[in-house]
Amino acid sequence: MLLQVIASGILMGFIYALVAVGLTLVWGVMDIINFAHGEFLMLSMYTAFWMYSLFSIDPLLSLPVATALIFLMGFITYKIIIKRVIDAPGLTALLATFGLSLFLRNMAQFLWSPNYRFINETIVGDKKLVLGPIVLGMPQVVASVGSILMTTAVFYFITKTRTGRAIQATALDKDTARLMGINTEKIYAVTFGIAGACVGVAGALMSTFFPTHPESGALYSLLAFVIVALGGFGNIMGALYGGIIIGLAEALGGFYLGTQFKYAVVFLIYLIVIQVRPKGLFGW
Amino acid sequence: MDRLKHLNQKKILLGIFVLIGILPLAVRNINFHNILILFVVFASLGEAWNIITGFTGQTSFGHAAFFGIGAYTSTVLLYRYGVNPWIGMFLGGIIAAIVAAAVSYPCFKLKGHYFAIATLAIAEIIQQIFVSWEYVEGATGISLPIMDESLLNFQFHPLNKLPYFYIVYIMFGLVLVIAYWIENSKMGFYLKAIRESHEAAESIGINTTRYKLYAMMASAFLTALFGTFYAQYFLYIDPFMVFALPVSMKIVLLTVLGGLGSLYGPIIGAAVLIPLSEYTRINLGGTGKGVDLIIFGLLVVIVACYQPNGIVGFFEKVRRRSRGKGVVDYGKSDACG
Repeated sequence: MLLQVIASGILMGFIYALVAVGLTLVWGVMDIINFAHGEFLMLSMYTAFWMYSLFSIDPLLSLPVATALIFLMGFITYKIIIKRVIDAPGLTALLATFGLSLFLRNMAQFLWSPNYRFINETIVGDKKLVLGPIVLGMPQVVASVGSILMTTAVFYFITKTRTGRAIQATALDKDTARLMGINTEKIYAVTFGIAGACVGVAGALMSTFFPTHPESGALYSLLAFVIVALGGFGNIMGALYGGIIIGLAEALGGFYLGTQFKYAVVFLIYLIVIQVRPKGLFGW
Repeated sequence: MDRLKHLNQKKILLGIFVLIGILPLAVRNINFHNILILFVVFASLGEAWNIITGFTGQTSFGHAAFFGIGAYTSTVLLYRYGVNPWIGMFLGGIIAAIVAAAVSYPCFKLKGHYFAIATLAIAEIIQQIFVSWEYVEGATGISLPIMDESLLNFQFHPLNKLPYFYIVYIMFGLVLVIAYWIENSKMGFYLKAIRESHEAAESIGINTTRYKLYAMMASAFLTALFGTFYAQYFLYIDPFMVFALPVSMKIVLLTVLGGLGSLYGPIIGAAVLIPLSEYTRINLGGTGKGVDLIIFGLLVVIVACYQPNGIVGFFEKVRRRSRGKGVVDYGKSDACG
């Protein structure tokens, strides 16, 4: 039973990690708290849902569409909103992203009603994966494998490609990066797009086993904040480990103390960790 | 020049205060009175939050915790032991200040965003405790016992909103005086030094932790007082109403929208946001489609994009242009470090 709890905690952890990777990128590169991150996730889930219910395309097949769409949304959000507030004092950017999150969430409610929507029959559907004493739902397994792949892809993109290095340079020092001939405007927009793509993938994968509704992104963005701070702002590997820790904490906390306390355990672990590592586990 | 500015600020604040006091007598409409009460509550909460975030630069996303502690202390004391809410209000403030000191002291070594997320985590934990705590009726919430209408009982007929207004109005005046006093006292200068540069403040001998602690406790104490008022006004509380993240965020939003670190900021921010959200809710909210919040969110984005220094920043710009001098940089510092 304990093994089962640990295994499903880790599976959830990988998905949390992917959501957090998007948030930590924006945070690390632009120093902006994107409160609308969870709403991007919600929109990706809706994309998968509508592709399924209107054209009966399986979420796993419509995943590239959802990813591209949310990438584009991130890109456009930067161009229209974030660009104007990026150099503004302290909390203004937060004001803008919070306003955006309110707008998107209630727009979704206005257009598609607050009802919970389920995707019933998918390729991964009711299948189970049995590993000795552990029984795991196929949707969760597929979602976490997908999340690992996407996280790895983002990691390699940031560390190995030319654009990725430009993103790193911009994060370190915007002005110097510009002197080196990097188009920082473009880099910011691309970073916001990648952050969107992360939740685009996560949302499409989650839509196979979580209900889709206007509020469905809110909880994950809250958890993602904690994961990002736990791992250290701007640190992708930190977000991955943070995600796993939080996934485990949630599963074990729910198991031992009861589900009503599982998030309290998550937040408590965060508070304890930052007493020892004030800048997160992998922050510098 | 500087003294003149202070004199002006004092006069303007007094003018605004008197004007707010006359409003409910001029317009006798129960909806209007209700909005006015909420406006004064949130303007005061913004002023209290401003002490720790606007003056000191320590972003708190967890002020709902203190608001809720205030609401619950007086309510539980009344509900379980019949303690007078005025005493409960004062005790709630003290408990909130103690809790604030206890939970934020270990967090003060955190910088910028890390502190902000820590306050958010603390508020979430406190909410979870109250949701599953049977002694305070958990998620069901508490309906306050109905008592005779009197100032001593802190209860009036629901249709008679004027007494409630003048109670909260006097509390608002108190908060303004305290915030004004803090801003212009030695402590206020210490706090602003901490905001501008933590290291520089320490290097000239300011005990940064102690002053951050004072600012946090003062802020929590004042916030809790309005928690009690809120409970007495609605006569019902549950954890999702007083401890939830949206309460913290509303305080943050209206202050940043008005102007962070300025005494006018929360008043202007609340004067814009509260009537906007209430009137759109009354007129458009009934459909259950969230049209009010769509408009609200959109307006918040627009203000953030075009007035990055808050509405106060806009007034300052106009004033500076008309005079060509007297530059004041409200909220210019980076509150997120």
